[in-house]
Amino acid sequence: MSAILTAPLTVEFPFTRSVGPVQSAFLTGLREQVLLGVRTGDGRVLVPPVEYDPVTAEEIRDLVEVAPTGTVTTWAWNHEPRRGQPLATPFAWVLVKLDGADTALLHALDAPGPDSVRTGARVRVRWAEERSGAITDIACFEPYDGEPVEPAGHTGEFADAITGIVAPARLDYTYSPGRAQTGYINALGGRRIVGERCPSCRKVYVPPRGACPTCGVATAEQVEVGPGGTVTTFCIVNIKAKNLDIEVPYVYAHIALDGAGLALHGRIAGIPYDQVRMGLRVEPVWTEGSRYPDHYRPTGEPDADYETYRETL
Amino acid sequence: MTREAPRAAGVRDIAVVAFAQTDHRRTSEEISEVEMLMPVLHEVMESTGLKTADIDFTCSGSSDYLAGRAFSFTLALDGVGAWPPISESHVEMDGAWALYEAWVKLRTGDADTALVYSYGKSSPGSVRDVLTRQLDPYYVAPLWPDSVALAALQAQALIDAGTADEPALAAVGARSRADAAANSHAQPRGPVPQGDYLVRPLRTGDCPPIGDGAAAVVLAAGERARDLCERPAWIRGIDHRIEAHGIGVRDLTDSPSTRLAAERAGAYERPVDTAELHAPFSSQEVILREVLGLDDGVRVNPSGGALAANPIMAAGLIRIGEAAARIHRGESDRALAHATSGPCLQQNLVAVLEGDPR
Ligand SMILES: [Zn+2]
Repeated sequence: MSAILTAPLTVEFPFTRSVGPVQSAFLTGLREQVLLGVRTGDGRVLVPPVEYDPVTAEEIRDLVEVAPTGTVTTWAWNHEPRRGQPLATPFAWVLVKLDGADTALLHALDAPGPDSVRTGARVRVRWAEERSGAITDIACFEPYDGEPVEPAGHTGEFADAITGIVAPARLDYTYSPGRAQTGYINALGGRRIVGERCPSCRKVYVPPRGACPTCGVATAEQVEVGPGGTVTTFCIVNIKAKNLDIEVPYVYAHIALDGAGLALHGRIAGIPYDQVRMGLRVEPVWTEGSRYPDHYRPTGEPDADYETYRETL
Repeated sequence: MTREAPRAAGVRDIAVVAFAQTDHRRTSEEISEVEMLMPVLHEVMESTGLKTADIDFTCSGSSDYLAGRAFSFTLALDGVGAWPPISESHVEMDGAWALYEAWVKLRTGDADTALVYSYGKSSPGSVRDVLTRQLDPYYVAPLWPDSVALAALQAQALIDAGTADEPALAAVGARSRADAAANSHAQPRGPVPQGDYLVRPLRTGDCPPIGDGAAAVVLAAGERARDLCERPAWIRGIDHRIEAHGIGVRDLTDSPSTRLAAERAGAYERPVDTAELHAPFSSQEVILREVLGLDDGVRVNPSGGALAANPIMAAGLIRIGEAAARIHRGESDRALAHATSGPCLQQNLVAVLEGDPR
């Protein structure tokens, strides 16, 4: 069997998130170098603040400024920073209880080494030079041996409070389609289309995924199908997709390749869009260097009889 | 809850009647998720003699973030054999929570049998980075604190509290891997070096192996369970609880959600002889043992636990399966199974399983 295919796969998205009044005050405060917490009904101050009391679930909005200095409540030495983390040089992850707060904030502590960090250590905020209203406006914490800094008693009201954040996320994968789909993709490279036959119901699946979803058993017997096929159903696309260089309107269709037990889908070209019909006989068109059919075009054969493709609808 | 009315009129006893799992391995790139899952589904079904059409309810657990694809569970469903049409559900959680949903379904009387499965392939991505995406997206996730870093904060809190030290943590890992030597499904089997710090104070030996794997369980109610299994593992109680998502709000050396779930599941009513704890990090086992009141007379993680095989999304279901299998084999009469999800034991599920008296 040929080697299993793999390919890099990156999932990347700039999540745009709205914030409520409490989060807005906290994040805007970071932009303005003001640290805010929220007071619960029983008088505790939560930093970072939340909109609902974690104990009573009561809505809480009583903002209170806390100090940019605080105490490490626990820590962990990170000698190999990973992508996206606050510092690129070795640092300590810390939970810091800011002076005036009853709960701890997670962030990074810039320290020379693990021997210089301990629970109970005094630290202060190091602000990022450019701030936008995000947790990363705190660049990190740094060791601090001075007096506590008294907060000025900010109300949490800001002239131009932020209403949302953009949180970019990126994850990298090495995608492998597994045995069955590797066989399919490799055959496409040779301009052949192969499916796999279910040993139980004898249906031929194209593209194959290694299992018959009806019977729940592994499929293994490779079967070449097509190249000719029949349009079983179709739609007319009238909206141009971004980055897709195809003139609208065009037709996207389900195509039952000869010998296949179910239809796959593909674009129909080489015929005016309003002349595509159920039963139209088509064949794949491969463009130079392509590993899969670019589209399907009419073969010129008479239309297929409904009875020949009704099972694949 | 079962604790209040364990066998009240109209309330059905539900049991785990079969369990199967893959061999958990660092990578399985040669097979797709469904190709990995299918042998496990066949094994668990064959051991009961049930066909897909005999299963009243199917529930699965998995994660799109591990797969890097949306609706990835729909492809795995191909392995079930959905003809005639089936009643199916999915949780974006460990399979232990899928089992909870199935248990509820059986309790309502809507179903007599259920198939529960879960799977995860960590090998295509970087699981430490992937798990950051389950964190608070405003205050925490933008800092990308990985799963080992968060567990390390918890471990240091435990050390500061004087509850454990690094040698004690190392001993947890060593015992787990020694027990795993007898478990052909486990990933590291037998002694492994404690290794270097991944994030201090946690060394590689304190952390779970990263791997791919799948598991499946069949549940059945009442007499149906006795038909399908010689010694069913009756679920006497099951409960799950969650704590504040902000880890700076919690006392990291304690696990009140586990305590409450265990109480509601009836775990404290009588001693258990076996406990399968989903503790991916050595420090978490220390916390769970304390909270659950497990003394040295209780066999903890005879399978090797999550420190020997931690396929994300399946490792919790495997704890229930391993506990049940010991009852099936007559090696346990009353076992506790625990599953966790989220950073630093944020969410916890506890089930109490019993075999019929012998
Ligand atoms: Zn079939």
